[in-house]
Amino acid sequence: MSGQRLKESYDVVVVGAGPAGLAAASEAARAGLETLLVDENVGPGGQIYRAITTTPVHDRSVLGKDYWAGVALADEMRASGATVVQGAMVWSLDPELQLGISLSGASQLISARRVVIATGSMERPFPIPGWTLPGVMTAGAAQTMLKSSGLLPAGKTVLAGTGPLLLLLAAQMLRAGGSIDVILDTTPSGNLTKALPHAMGFLLSPLLAKGLALKREVGRKVRVVRHVTLLAANGESALKSVTYTTSGGATATVAADNLLLHQGVVPNPNLAMAADVAHDWDVQQHCWCPVLDHDGRTSVEGIFVAGDGAGIAGAVAAELRGRLAGLAVVRDLGAGSGLPDSQPIRQRLQREERARPFLDAMFEPPKSMRVPADSTVVCRCEEVTAGEVREAARLGCTGPNQLKAFLRTGMGPCQGRMCGLTLTELIAEARQAAPADVGHLRIRAPVKPIPLSELADMPVEEPAVKAVVRG
Amino acid sequence: MAGESADVVVIGAGIHGCSTALHLALRGASVIVIEKDHAGRHASGVNAGGVRQLARHVAEIPLSISSMEIWERIGDLVDDDCGFESHGQVLVAETEEELDVLRERVADLNARGFVHEELIDRVELRRVLPAVSEMCPGGIISRRDGAAQPYRTTQAFRRAGIARGARYREGVRVMGLGRQAGVWRIETTAGTFSAPKVVNAAGAWAARLSAMIGEPVPLEVIAPMLMISSRVPHFIDPVVILRSRKLSFKQFGNGTVLIGGGHLGTPYPDSNCTVLDWRKLKESARTVWELFPVMRDAGIVRAWAGIEARMPDDIPVVGPSRTAEGFFHQFGFSAHGFQLGPGTGAMMAELVTTGRSNVPIDGLDVARFQTKDPTSA
Repeated sequence: MSGQRLKESYDVVVVGAGPAGLAAASEAARAGLETLLVDENVGPGGQIYRAITTTPVHDRSVLGKDYWAGVALADEMRASGATVVQGAMVWSLDPELQLGISLSGASQLISARRVVIATGSMERPFPIPGWTLPGVMTAGAAQTMLKSSGLLPAGKTVLAGTGPLLLLLAAQMLRAGGSIDVILDTTPSGNLTKALPHAMGFLLSPLLAKGLALKREVGRKVRVVRHVTLLAANGESALKSVTYTTSGGATATVAADNLLLHQGVVPNPNLAMAADVAHDWDVQQHCWCPVLDHDGRTSVEGIFVAGDGAGIAGAVAAELRGRLAGLAVVRDLGAGSGLPDSQPIRQRLQREERARPFLDAMFEPPKSMRVPADSTVVCRCEEVTAGEVREAARLGCTGPNQLKAFLRTGMGPCQGRMCGLTLTELIAEARQAAPADVGHLRIRAPVKPIPLSELADMPVEEPAVKAVVRG
Repeated sequence: MAGESADVVVIGAGIHGCSTALHLALRGASVIVIEKDHAGRHASGVNAGGVRQLARHVAEIPLSISSMEIWERIGDLVDDDCGFESHGQVLVAETEEELDVLRERVADLNARGFVHEELIDRVELRRVLPAVSEMCPGGIISRRDGAAQPYRTTQAFRRAGIARGARYREGVRVMGLGRQAGVWRIETTAGTFSAPKVVNAAGAWAARLSAMIGEPVPLEVIAPMLMISSRVPHFIDPVVILRSRKLSFKQFGNGTVLIGGGHLGTPYPDSNCTVLDWRKLKESARTVWELFPVMRDAGIVRAWAGIEARMPDDIPVVGPSRTAEGFFHQFGFSAHGFQLGPGTGAMMAELVTTGRSNVPIDGLDVARFQTKDPTSA
């Protein structure tokens, strides 16, 4: 559908076609609301079901049963009557529910009576020495290449970090015929003890069996070094080797062409923050989460957040949250009849979320990997080190927004996606304050850069759309 | 209750409040600055940073010139160069008709004894702005003008004031104002402050304070918008201003280009939020695209707005209250007050401590809004 002009207004705009966005758009459109689903990728699925309709990886065992569950969701959305545009980037959302959307090289402004943000998660920043070298990438980027194009990293490959997705990627790469030289597990040795009080929820969830099976599958084929406390990527113009130290104090260096880093995912808050949605600091996950009610309503009237963007809980929970938000939108706008009851969905969601406290504690990334040493670059766009941030904090800089004036951190094209959390934690540490009091970068539209020419050519109607009643 | 007291309480820690507090401290006065957010949170921290004498209303030229003298030795005053760079500012005429208007303006200023603005022809315009479109017939240059980093500047004034004894109380909101026995009592969310004299430097929120003392002003809260580009090769040194098409334009050392000019978004002063108007930002982008071909491949990285006060005549309210003794106004700079901060603070400190000022501020008196029929408000 690329190349098309969108309408000036819709009842509902859903941003992101992962499990939450697909479910929310389906519920809204099925109830007769004019629903637009906007997504950046070439096809629906989000990251978890990336390329679900187009992947060249046809052997279903490679990406696994959970991946292929995405087919039903994509089919449901197609049948619902929602308008879907792929390859479209939402670069602005404001509290008046106006969106700036770039599609096929042209931008336009549209307005909505309700907006569901389902932009999912992003990988937590992993600032180690050398993480800007070519050859170092996130595990998520490697997984994107595998799902979309069937590509595997060539040469010696090291995986490093913590969290269930690291293990899943390892398994998917191995099944696809890839090789991994070593996995450097940065999960701190004390995490299990911290996680045990939450074990009951985990034992009752299906994730335990899946996790153990993955661990066995990967452990049979790859050497795993546990309790890695320090990590550095070495090389001049490209990655040559990886140096690590374990909790026992032993240091070793392994040759590497690829280093895939991952220490969990966090909500991707930028679009919601740009719309002034209130966020709280999650002390367990060390990240910002939007403040939501049980249907996903934010502090801004008419804006919902669903899926992992509401707090990391996985694909099934994301779909359930998407349904809850979609149904709430339908009820708010007085549309549809004979709607499903939301209460059973909330109960299923609670069951799904039961395993999280254990997983969050078990895979809590160590502080040394979140709040790095002075010489490590933390803001990649402006090449600012942790030491420079600490020095600015000593000079009286109280938070990331004040820091911008000193160091331009967070002002580059990534809009703080790669450094925002690190900056908050670094300043909090230097000031001996809580991250919640230090605050987050104020995110400004465009949340991703747009060409000046595209803005200059944007069609502008008289702002009659301002008269849209939100209902 | 025994709250904090001082000779002067300054309300508002923007560039103006911070400058006045520093200059009061330099004169030996004890000062408390009360700020509802933090210093430089609003217009003073997020403006375009223009340090401009160019194209000002005659009534504010004396303050602008006295400010310029401070800017040129800003490091001596606040121990920070504030990122100030002087590459001039140029007002570009796009047509012969516009150039005629500028010619008259320069002649008028010269007749008044002001010589900082200089008419330039097409050849000189091309020399100082090689990237500007061939079509422009000339303009006005103010060669000593330039730009600084606004948030850094406001912080530098704050730090310098604190080093000389000024007390800052940030995150404290004024709830009420009253005067008893020659002393102002300032009720706040952090208790009562008292001082014989008060300076209202509260920017977009200043009208609330003036209403509290029975001196309402027709202040409009506005949200001027700015946007910044991706890095492009160095192509321009001076700050450029267009009049008819509302554009200001400045390239930083790192190659990014700041695009402004006074298009307005929507302010929400109660929640500190602003909403951008992309229809107007599109106009700015279109103007840049037409005038500077070198910018055609650039990207827009970020856009924002600050919350600012504008008066109906677009010049500030500066000077003593005409209804309440010991109360002084310093607000309403109408989106061009950043350059005026250093000199206005110095003037205000003189006015507050001695009752008079050497820099003329005729025409900026709050009384100009009180002569009208009160029923028409």
